[in-house]
Amino acid sequence: MTKGSRARVMENSIAFGKRLVTKEEYFTAGHRACVGCGEALAVRLACKALGSNVIITMATGCMEVVSSQFPYSAWTVPWVHTLFENAAAVASGIEAGLKARRRKGRGAEAEVHVVAMAGDGGTSDIGLQALSGALERGHDFLYLCFDNEAYMNTGIQRSSATPFGASTTTSPAGRKSIGQVTWKKNMPAIAAAHGIPYVATACPSYPFDLMDKVAKGAAVHGPAYIHIFSVCPTGWRCAPELAVNIGRLAVQTGIFPLYEIEDGKYRLTVNVARRKPIKEYLQLQGRFRHLSDEIIGKIQERVDSEYAALVDKVSRARGNRQA
Amino acid sequence: MARTENVPWRELKIGTIMEPGTATEYETGDWKAQRPVFDKNKCNKCGLCYIFCPEGCIRQSADGYFEANLFYCKGCGICAVECPKDAIAMVEEEE
Amino acid sequence: MGKRIGIEVSLAIAEAARLANVDVVSAYPITPQTHIVEHLAALVADGELDAECIPVESEHSAMSACLGAAASGARTFTATAGQGLELMHEVLYVASAMRLPIVMAVANRALSAPINIWGDQSDVMAVRDTGWIQIFVENGQQAVDNVLCGFRIAEDHRVLLPVMVHLDGFYLTHVIEPVDMPEQEEVDRFIPPNRYPVPLDPARPVTMGGFGPPYIYTETKKAQEVNLTAAKAVVLECWQEFGHRFGRHYSPVEHYGSQEAKVLLLTVGSFSETAMEAIDRMRGKGRDVGQLRLRLWRPFPFAELRQAVRNAEIVIILDRAISFGGPGGPVASEIKSALYNEKHRPRVVSIVGGLGGRDITVSGFEDIINRGIEIAQKGSDQEFEMFGVRE
Repeated sequence: MTKGSRARVMENSIAFGKRLVTKEEYFTAGHRACVGCGEALAVRLACKALGSNVIITMATGCMEVVSSQFPYSAWTVPWVHTLFENAAAVASGIEAGLKARRRKGRGAEAEVHVVAMAGDGGTSDIGLQALSGALERGHDFLYLCFDNEAYMNTGIQRSSATPFGASTTTSPAGRKSIGQVTWKKNMPAIAAAHGIPYVATACPSYPFDLMDKVAKGAAVHGPAYIHIFSVCPTGWRCAPELAVNIGRLAVQTGIFPLYEIEDGKYRLTVNVARRKPIKEYLQLQGRFRHLSDEIIGKIQERVDSEYAALVDKVSRARGNRQA
Repeated sequence: MARTENVPWRELKIGTIMEPGTATEYETGDWKAQRPVFDKNKCNKCGLCYIFCPEGCIRQSADGYFEANLFYCKGCGICAVECPKDAIAMVEEEE
Repeated sequence: MGKRIGIEVSLAIAEAARLANVDVVSAYPITPQTHIVEHLAALVADGELDAECIPVESEHSAMSACLGAAASGARTFTATAGQGLELMHEVLYVASAMRLPIVMAVANRALSAPINIWGDQSDVMAVRDTGWIQIFVENGQQAVDNVLCGFRIAEDHRVLLPVMVHLDGFYLTHVIEPVDMPEQEEVDRFIPPNRYPVPLDPARPVTMGGFGPPYIYTETKKAQEVNLTAAKAVVLECWQEFGHRFGRHYSPVEHYGSQEAKVLLLTVGSFSETAMEAIDRMRGKGRDVGQLRLRLWRPFPFAELRQAVRNAEIVIILDRAISFGGPGGPVASEIKSALYNEKHRPRVVSIVGGLGGRDITVSGFEDIINRGIEIAQKGSDQEFEMFGVRE
């Protein structure tokens, strides 16, 4: 590194331990996300990891609406929104367009990262087909799912990513119902089933883990999928100031473990030595307030068994029995 | 100052595209019911408040301490909760 | 001058896209468009066309990928039919509102239910309001010519709108016709390279497709309408230039037989050529009939249509689609609407036929004209009539 470029790096970075995090805000302040939005934080950090040599395609959802209300745009990088279910398809078209033009010597020389961003609705429900197609076709792009566990932008309706027992407006808790009666769809596993080179889970409460993974996903040749836990104080009915705290608890209770799947091999990136009881996580959120101890017990069992299954996959990848 | 939203149709760009980063002209700071107050005596300049702000409105000043840009700050309180030194207090916004 | 070859029209369309040197083809196969997509894939596989063929998993994704490709500055082509056009319906509005140049060949096909893979125009009529430039063709030569024109029109900086070229499913797509294929150099001179003015590019970031609340939506639609209407001038200019270079001339409304005929039959698409035989036969017997063919569908050629019917007393419109519970023939309803405020208004008769691949013969057209005259003279208690129904 020359002296001049080093000075530029130091001038434009904040150092955290070994990490350099750019001071640039590619997702600027002035966006209209709710107070304490965990998803906005996740997007902001992901964009720092991606840098400016990127084209982002976004699905309809919270982030799209809060960041692009005419005439205000919070994006300093090229960004396109079209519809709800097609972020991955639009990304496919951009990737193909750039590839063709580059090969034919018509502009688009530098390698540009193509990144699709969508919520849990635009990924695991209405957007699942387009995502599956794009992953199967092997486009060189990164897909980021920002999962706030319901269709939040339209007013907290359930999605297939809504966790068991959560009360949403279309899976409300009531005298005859405990809320969502199905278990959260395992999107990382679905993505991995396409045989893509890189899948990961991330949470902005572990910001450097998230940024490392986003940078890694962007650098990978071929499709990469990262599922990002996005705390939603409005929809989850929790205190806004606890957004980062709750995200951390999700990891520490094991309900949202942080791992990578590289060419099918699982690896935990945050190893939780002793998981906290799930009740600590649930009790901070109004959407779970109605749950009986019995249901909480059922959730704990499920978290335990899924975590054990994950640990098993991790150790099999390592080729030994110890997690 | 804010952009005009009531643009005549002739001034719209092709496909109604927008210029990048114009959200920085939009004041979200008037949303807040409380604002962060940074105590330099306790701050260890770790920068975690900067990292965890969903608005990205906390900036590092020349002396290396951090402060929130109240033009954008929505008063969420994440910085106060996450600060490892309890150097940030959320104070009720009077106006 | 290119050479004349016998070629299946689908393949000819693919060849036109090859001549235009498209960058991205994003399409999902659906009968009767499949040969277009297959031939393009073969051309790419053999290195005859340098393009990215995205074998998308549905038509919704096909058009969505076209949005991305066009927005990134690539010359973009696709094709579909019937149900496929319907499946991409919401994406069509986005393509035009976001001013993305895309050329799409539509092999017009009947809509389910019941499922029917054969040709009619119900798929087209369902997408009238989507904001695309839409052109009808009647034979293979016209299909090739207008796909080429499509790229030049779509990518023109005064337009920047997507273009649909409509051709009849099976009647054209699966038929071998004589086509003068232009030479590559001629096409290169005719279609300038694609230089989308505001592509997605890290060097000059833009925000595309933002959120448009009530205070701005109206203005965006006004801008869109003005743009589409103004595109007509570019279409005419393009056709004129095409005529100079290639010797084949197109206009928004074309006629056959007499322009001064008192009775006109208006047809759209390949049935027009069968109808021409009927016109010849009837004129041979001294009947005062003529034919109009509608070529430019959107933006609608009001001036040319009104001019074309100025002498007519009866205009019989054969629609190959049906608007249920309403005006019956969609084209007829638009013609009626275009003529309503005119001082001189011919009687307009709406006849719907040729649905779902039901053929109409030359004598069938004679029957249609005769029945149309009868309805015009005696009146009818129905808004429209369906031709050829087994009662």
